[in-house]
Amino acid sequence: MTSEFQVPQVTLSSVGKTYGGNPPVLQQIDLTIAKGEFVSLIGPSGCGKSTLLKLISGLTNATSGSILVDGMTPVNARETISYIFQDATLLPWRTVTSNVGLGLELEHVSREIRKEKVQSLLELVGLTHVALAYPRQLSGGMKMRVSVARALATKPRLLLMDEPFGALDEMTRDRLNEELLRLKTEQNWTAVFVTHSVAEAVFLSTRVIVLAPSPGRIAQEIAINLPFPRTSATRESAQFEFLVTQVSRALRGVHAA
Amino acid sequence: MRKYAVTILNALAVFAGLLLLWQGLDTLLHLPPYILPPPLAVGRAVVARFSGLMASLAITAEEAAGGLAASIVVGMLIALIFAQSRWIRRMLYPYTILLQTVPIVAVAPLILMWVGPGTLSVTLVAFIICLAPIIANTTQGLISVEPNLIHLFLMHNASRLQILTRLRLPHAVPSLFVGIRIAAGISVIGAITGELFAGSSRVGEGGLGYSILYASAQLQTDYLFALVLAATVLGFAFFFVVMFLEWYFLHNWHESARTMTEE
Repeated sequence: MTSEFQVPQVTLSSVGKTYGGNPPVLQQIDLTIAKGEFVSLIGPSGCGKSTLLKLISGLTNATSGSILVDGMTPVNARETISYIFQDATLLPWRTVTSNVGLGLELEHVSREIRKEKVQSLLELVGLTHVALAYPRQLSGGMKMRVSVARALATKPRLLLMDEPFGALDEMTRDRLNEELLRLKTEQNWTAVFVTHSVAEAVFLSTRVIVLAPSPGRIAQEIAINLPFPRTSATRESAQFEFLVTQVSRALRGVHAA
Repeated sequence: MRKYAVTILNALAVFAGLLLLWQGLDTLLHLPPYILPPPLAVGRAVVARFSGLMASLAITAEEAAGGLAASIVVGMLIALIFAQSRWIRRMLYPYTILLQTVPIVAVAPLILMWVGPGTLSVTLVAFIICLAPIIANTTQGLISVEPNLIHLFLMHNASRLQILTRLRLPHAVPSLFVGIRIAAGISVIGAITGELFAGSSRVGEGGLGYSILYASAQLQTDYLFALVLAATVLGFAFFFVVMFLEWYFLHNWHESARTMTEE
């Protein structure tokens, strides 16, 4: 696994972002994310972690510096990127099946192939029994599952997630975290994950990046060398506790500054 | 189902009570029938002149429905243009407010003058009165799409057309129906107003508005009441047709239609 980590997938070189005449949101961000990594961005609100995600996706442009994804500009690399938003962002007029197939449909994948892929994804995330339901009939956790399935349908190499489980209760969140890691092992994408939860960041990541606010910058990087596969038992290990403490301490340092 | 039955029974009881009060008032005060005909007389007028009443009703229904249908098509097209840019909206939106504020009774004679008497000018009056709510609501629906949904489409390299047909248009359907519901009610008012001015191209035959003028000139107050009743029924019918369509198209996914199935 470690050898894989050498191939850079996302490279940010002295990236800065300023909106209008306001003080900069992000300043001098240097970050390399290797293939197969799971990187979490954590920091107090206003530290620009969501903005960083938007920059990597090309939904917004950097004011200075350069960003490369797979050696391309973010916009050109979009075919390889999927984005999971804070809320499930499902289309309420479409069934679960048709929501999961949306990305494929927009990318002009034929109906038959689409049907097949959606079918296997629904099985993968355990949604086969609600395939024909509409979003409003689903619980928050299930909606998020649909959102994850939709993101994975287009076979991304890079998955950007902006606090996807922030609105869920802790138990649902823990379960979805475990499933997310299982999916990652099966499909082997690279992940950049924004969260407010230290425990979630530690559990999921191979590396946690703590951001400091005004202007947003990288304060500290903490490698998470917990063994895989990670399960609920991982959360009870001493090493997990230790890393959570370490990240929390880094976060407190950032707050105090 | 039982809730519905109770609601309907309640409404019927109130209606029966009002009829009794009306009949009693007439008998007690000995009002002349051309001032306030008793409900029984109105009922007799409905029966006696049923075919004429239905003919008027059909004409008005056709004009109102025509105006409404045209306003939906044209209103949606205008909304599509409005949705393209804020700049266009800033430039043209004030005119839709104008459309809404200009008194239709003042415009109707003008249209009559330009188009000539008959069904077409009446339909046009209904069309004009229906247009503003369709434009305003559809535009709102088209532009109020959540930014993250747009981002989602952009992440899949969606074209402008794909964003329009797969996101903005379906998202606008509930708002469109709000517009149609408002417009359906006033389309009947528009048609009748139009008829008051434009009347009929054939003497003695015309829509409800024309017949109302005619009946009032002849002091046929009982028939006048029957016509007013018919106009009310027509408005209700329009409203219910739209409600049904709204339920049919939206009950699977939209909150506004949920109440019909779950209450």
